Amino acid sequence: METITKAPNAVNLIENKKYKLVAEDIVASYDNVIAVKNVTMKFKEKAVTALIGPSGCGKTTFLRCLNRMHELSKNAKISGRVLLDGEDLYSNHQDPIINRRKIGMVFQKPNPFPTMSIYDNVAAGLKLNGLRNKTILDEIVKGCLEMVYLWDEVKDNLKKPGMSLSGGQQQRLCIARALAIQPEVLLMDEPASSLDPIATQKIEEMMNELKKEYTIIIVTHNMQQAMRVSDYTGFMYLGELIEFGETKQIFENPLKEITAKYVQGQFG
Amino acid sequence: MITVEQRAEFRTHFRYNVGRRLVIDKIVKGIVFACVVMAIIPLGSILLEVFTNGSAALSIEFLTQIPGAIGTGEGGISPAIQGTLLLIGMSSLIGVPIGILSGIFLSEFGDNRYGKAIRFFNDVLAEFPTIVIGIFAFLVIVLVFGNFSLWAGTFALSIIMLPIITRTTEESLKLVPVTYREAGFALGIKRWAVITRIIIASAKSGMITGIMLAVARIAGETAPLIFTILGSSQFFSGFDGPMDALPLRIWRISMLPYDSAQAQGWGAALVLILIVLSINIGVRYVFLRKSGGAFRFRSVRRRL
Repeated sequence: METITKAPNAVNLIENKKYKLVAEDIVASYDNVIAVKNVTMKFKEKAVTALIGPSGCGKTTFLRCLNRMHELSKNAKISGRVLLDGEDLYSNHQDPIINRRKIGMVFQKPNPFPTMSIYDNVAAGLKLNGLRNKTILDEIVKGCLEMVYLWDEVKDNLKKPGMSLSGGQQQRLCIARALAIQPEVLLMDEPASSLDPIATQKIEEMMNELKKEYTIIIVTHNMQQAMRVSDYTGFMYLGELIEFGETKQIFENPLKEITAKYVQGQFG
Repeated sequence: MITVEQRAEFRTHFRYNVGRRLVIDKIVKGIVFACVVMAIIPLGSILLEVFTNGSAALSIEFLTQIPGAIGTGEGGISPAIQGTLLLIGMSSLIGVPIGILSGIFLSEFGDNRYGKAIRFFNDVLAEFPTIVIGIFAFLVIVLVFGNFSLWAGTFALSIIMLPIITRTTEESLKLVPVTYREAGFALGIKRWAVITRIIIASAKSGMITGIMLAVARIAGETAPLIFTILGSSQFFSGFDGPMDALPLRIWRISMLPYDSAQAQGWGAALVLILIVLSINIGVRYVFLRKSGGAFRFRSVRRRL
């Protein structure tokens, strides 16, 4: 793993180009528990990066730091820098709201808005941010639902409540909702943890399509899933990033003993 | 560690005392059912009494005329109906927006010293005797402007509404799971839009219930009205003049020693109940019909 120099000066701006998102020295805590200890990680553009590690190792907290969701939690503290295309999300002149439109997020449990229809759920991010053009909205909703392979299942019921769908469909609806705001980076926090194998497979197929266009970072407990979907894998343990590299290398030829133990299922 | 023998013993403890638990279950069910019946009996008997005694007094004249001479049984309660509707409408115009905004403040921004202080005083205000609020309105409005007026009544009633709406709004907003907020924020939606379009939409049913409780409460308030709108037998003539209201009229005429006046009192009580009931059902129908099962009939708590 390379280390990064401190300021985004002219030299490493060029180097950052192939990296969509760079997290530097992230230290995050909530309720005085330090969840992430000094993690530095670089995410390649148009690739899937998986974060693996045992429960409570700080994967989710780290992910939430990347789009400034962590600071919304109670008693949350964070230090470090997150560079999106070389610009620090945490610098004072950056608006977290605008940046969350660039970095979409899918949560562990499906959470469609309960009062909204399927259509409105997908359109929510655009509508509530002021987009009113019906033609564009229709087009985006259709496109996003097609991207998550949900269009054929719901095209006749777009007015039905989002909550009426099954768990797997709800999760795909939430991914469509996140895609509708046209983000550049997609953060996924164990998106398949509450789904059955068929729904999981659908989401994994979808991610293979999506990575042609998006930079995807996925937190997962399922190592087979990490192996199947990701190009790069980071292994976190007790709040620290132990090892980070190409997925193949992490799973077949890990450098650290603890990584080897974890990916072989000897602890976890 | 628990040994295998111990586990076998524990098993006997909770597998073979089913009989006792079934008995307790039946007793508790019985108590709960009895409590429900006990709560419904007064409500049912009040409604029955008011309907049987009040329906006799109802007539077109009763609903449209000003009160006749005392003891004749002639005339109606029209000014009182007008006054009650005006008071409910005006107090709601003031009390509902302020109450809802305070509720939003307490729930979304109230996790600090100011929030705690406001919450405390709000609760104190909710438990204030309403007659004291009436005297307060008398001091600051009636005495200052020199006459009893609809304004003073509106002022007193909106103060009574405020803490109820604030508290129920806060509680309903807090019940909305944090995951919906996070989903909203993760879409880059502004905080204000997340609150108004997502959270309030989910909490609407509870908020409407709170507003309806407050409306029912002020519709039946009598004591503060004595100090503020005084009562009158004429139709509305201006916001700065005295006015009649149904609870006031009920209180006045039911104390008269004439059978005809008492019959009119029952009639006025029935009209008041019907007004509150129809506002409640109407508002629920208008605001909650879209969300499917949310249209629920709730009995209105009466305080007189």
